[in-house]
Amino acid sequence: MPVYAGRVTISGMPEAATAPLVEPRPPRKLYRSSDGRWLGGVARGLAGHLGLPVIWVRLVFVGLFMADGLGALLYAAFWFFVPLGVGGVGGQRPPSLVSTETSADGRRRLVARRPDKGQIVALLLMVVVAMVFVGNVNLGNGAKAYLWPVVLVGAGVALVWRQADNARRARWVEAGRQRRTLTLLRAVGGVLLVTAGVSGIFVLQGSAAHLGSILQAALAVLVGITLLAGPYLVRMTQDLSEERLMRIRAQERAEVAAHVHDSVLHTLTLIQRNAENASEVRRLARAQERDLRTWLYKPEGTGKDEADEPTHLADAVRRNAAEVEDKHGVPIEVVVVGDCPLDEGIGAQMQAAREAMVNAAKYGGEGGAVQVYAEVEGRKVFVSVRDRGPGFDLDSIPADRMGVRESIIGRMERNGGTARLRAVPDGGTEVELDMERAEKT
Amino acid sequence: MSDPTEGNAESVEPTGGAGERHVRVVLVDDHRMFRTGVQAEIGQTEQTGVEVVGEAADVDQAVTVITATRPEVVLLDVHLPGGGGVEVLRRCAPLMGDAERPVRFLALSVSDAAEDVIGVIRGGARGYVTKTITGSDLINSIFRVQEGDAVFSPRLAGFVLDAFASTDAPPVDEDLDRLTQREREVLRLIARGYAYKEIAKQLFISVKTVESHVSAVLRKLQLSNRHELTRWATARRLV
Repeated sequence: MPVYAGRVTISGMPEAATAPLVEPRPPRKLYRSSDGRWLGGVARGLAGHLGLPVIWVRLVFVGLFMADGLGALLYAAFWFFVPLGVGGVGGQRPPSLVSTETSADGRRRLVARRPDKGQIVALLLMVVVAMVFVGNVNLGNGAKAYLWPVVLVGAGVALVWRQADNARRARWVEAGRQRRTLTLLRAVGGVLLVTAGVSGIFVLQGSAAHLGSILQAALAVLVGITLLAGPYLVRMTQDLSEERLMRIRAQERAEVAAHVHDSVLHTLTLIQRNAENASEVRRLARAQERDLRTWLYKPEGTGKDEADEPTHLADAVRRNAAEVEDKHGVPIEVVVVGDCPLDEGIGAQMQAAREAMVNAAKYGGEGGAVQVYAEVEGRKVFVSVRDRGPGFDLDSIPADRMGVRESIIGRMERNGGTARLRAVPDGGTEVELDMERAEKT
Repeated sequence: MSDPTEGNAESVEPTGGAGERHVRVVLVDDHRMFRTGVQAEIGQTEQTGVEVVGEAADVDQAVTVITATRPEVVLLDVHLPGGGGVEVLRRCAPLMGDAERPVRFLALSVSDAAEDVIGVIRGGARGYVTKTITGSDLINSIFRVQEGDAVFSPRLAGFVLDAFASTDAPPVDEDLDRLTQREREVLRLIARGYAYKEIAKQLFISVKTVESHVSAVLRKLQLSNRHELTRWATARRLV
């Protein structure tokens, strides 16, 4: 019964600090926590995993440490085998999202704390604990002598491992801007500590008199290993980065291929089906062309998805033209010079221009493509829409036909602009729209 | 320059419907289907006056064919294996400068990227048209280029206006780096889809004057301060 009840509590309210140690939730995987950690993130990860306050876990580790260093061994084992994760719960999510995601008790409390301060406190604590431990420990006289070297080695290893963790974490958050000197300092510090510890062990084994020759021998071995393994290591790193580059390229190519595959093949199928309907075929081909151009020539993240409302003139003109083109099956060629943000007046001008495009497509589309030209010159925005149709005389249009008068001329004038319609000498109509930009943009 | 083919036995024969017009053309494009299409559209020499004397699919081939056949006009694709249209222009520069029988280039591309377009123009091409152009317009453009005139499509006119308008910094060479009011007007009308004849009517000038304005713009584009144009193209990418 208590077990059953406990399970319900866990799945119902994960925050319950009283949640027993039994039955971790199945989808959860144990990760070391990458943020708010003091050392390796083991305690924090475990706390998140078990639903315990992190301080409890830390105390348990310290307690175990006193038991002949068992805690340290355990900690090291966790550090070694458990992969670094986020918040001790989730998978490879960017840490910025995590604070809202995880609900383990210890988390939130520690997120607010500056991690660096915590680390200093942790280091000081560790030194104190280690000293107490060393003082208390009751080993054989011989063994006790090795203790300091072992502690040194441990500290060095911890330093280097943390560095490795940081490097991995930097990759997730793409924080390539990590200070290089610090990284180097840490690595060198770790290596020095380990070297000092190992040398200490050797010195203790022999005597101080042999220190020189031992150091020499160690140095010789190190140099030898570097000489032997160096080229391989360099080659391997190069190969790895090259491989990564290739993979990124392949991914990009696959993305392009997928896009082209889907949209182009889809369009081609539609064209085959509608082969006898010339205007539909033309419409499909134009739409596809436009899509492909947007996709190829627009840089990343500038309206490739066509989802959001345009905020600038050039976008708005192109969008309007594309929509009219799709609807009426008449090609519209757009030339835009300059760009500016949309304001109220320009917005109205865009609507008027759209109306003009619709008219041109409807009544002048047989003569060829409709030409749309938009230009921003200083504070003035000029749009011209021209077709090569049979032409059109405003005076001959009955007074009750409000389309042109209201939605183009009227709209422009209400917003402080002007609209002119005129017949082009060799056939066709041109609508010219002038508008001043608002004072504040 | 109207009949630069004297002394070339095979091309002096009188042409039929097209009158005395005759132009020898080389097609450079890496898509065989497109070459075939263009050939079919403009290649009936009796009607169009255009004779396709050679084709090439990449830069090396293009240089070889152009040097061997010495056409009057080369229809040049912007994207080509081996360095692109710009590379062809670079390697054919001596032929372009030939006072007797200059080879002239008309860029013909699907590319929408401003730096591609401006790139070939600065490389010495006499004009730029898009591949959606109709057959008859293309033939007209070819003859215009043959006569030494410049050919601007609406889109190219837009690019050029943009390039010369958006440089706030004072130009290094005042005469070269600035378009005159008239040139700007002419370009604007081209961008709006006007033909030369229509522009002439609109501005009450002769077609010849329109042509000379366009050629002046082309010269400025080819010679003007490289730095500003590069900066413009870069900024354009980021917009």
